[in-house]
Amino acid sequence: MLSLLWVGIIVVSVVCSVITGHVDALVTSITASAKAAFEMALGLGGIMAFWLGLMKIAEDAGLIRKLAHFIQPLLRRLFPDVPADHPAMGAMLLNIAANMLGLANAATPFGLKAMESLNRLNSHPGVATNAMCMFATINTSSVQIIPATGIAFLATGGAKHPYDIVVTTLLATIISTVVGLSAVCWFQKSKRFAIEEVES
Amino acid sequence: MQWVNLISSGMFLSFVAGIPLIGTFKKIKVFESFVEGAKEGFNVILRIIPFLVGMVVAIGMLRASGAFELLAQGLAPLLTRVGVPADLLPLMLARPFSGAASNAVLVDIIRAHGGDSLVAHMAATMIGSTETTLYVVAIYFGAIGIRKTRHAITCGLIADGIGMLASIAICRWLLG
Repeated sequence: MLSLLWVGIIVVSVVCSVITGHVDALVTSITASAKAAFEMALGLGGIMAFWLGLMKIAEDAGLIRKLAHFIQPLLRRLFPDVPADHPAMGAMLLNIAANMLGLANAATPFGLKAMESLNRLNSHPGVATNAMCMFATINTSSVQIIPATGIAFLATGGAKHPYDIVVTTLLATIISTVVGLSAVCWFQKSKRFAIEEVES
Repeated sequence: MQWVNLISSGMFLSFVAGIPLIGTFKKIKVFESFVEGAKEGFNVILRIIPFLVGMVVAIGMLRASGAFELLAQGLAPLLTRVGVPADLLPLMLARPFSGAASNAVLVDIIRAHGGDSLVAHMAATMIGSTETTLYVVAIYFGAIGIRKTRHAITCGLIADGIGMLASIAICRWLLG
């Protein structure tokens, strides 16, 4: 899926650039984005190291286990294949919490850490587990309490009440989360996405 | 604006100061723990770089090619009929691919329609209620060497699509 998508994006870009006459822009974009991607990774490295460091303190202090224990009933239902006291639970919880508060910089390191922990429970190397897909979808639909980006842009654009979107965003994300989770529950049982089917 | 900012940074700082403080009360050598955890960060980054470069270059190409505008032109008549403002189309198309591109489109919409317009509020709500799904999937699964992502992309895109439609409907209902 990812390979197909990747080739598709590249081919569509080339074709579109010919149609719109943006071929030159396309060519220069390639080296520019490659460079930007590497710089992004370096930047992320510092942030990542910082948050994983903080997380290790929280783990050693027993905070994460306590936190995971607190919302265990909900997590148990969403991730039936993950043991309740598994480190993945704590990392996922922190990622979800950071996402809800609009702390994208903090969310990514916790998310990567969570995926790594989830992968230790994976008995089919290279194939995503149900828990991973559930987690990725929770991430993309994420209930948003503070839509910081939207508020900042609206305020800069001269909106009188930029915080109006707090309520609309909260409602929209509740809907998208419910639909997203239902979709995961539906698709993870579907034959098309079964692990055996995908693996062959 | 002020209070939202305040809450946002407050929560941020409570993470940064609160965790080491609690660790200290629990008699943990907090700095040693911190360094040990931070070491892991670089391994993860090294593993991500190839995926990040591949994805960012492809998405950068898509952005530079004018594909979003082209597609938006083609789809506009269809979507305006179901109540989706045509101005939001480039945003809806760019959003799952690129945070930078969709932020740029948002700024453009706000500038064109004004910060107090309904369309601007719809666009801002949309940014908050969706995610750059393809980027998240590529990075998260790439970091641990998962090549078969099964239903992750499909479900993520469904959640994004519903988030977009819900943003439009809710803004119309509450702010329109």
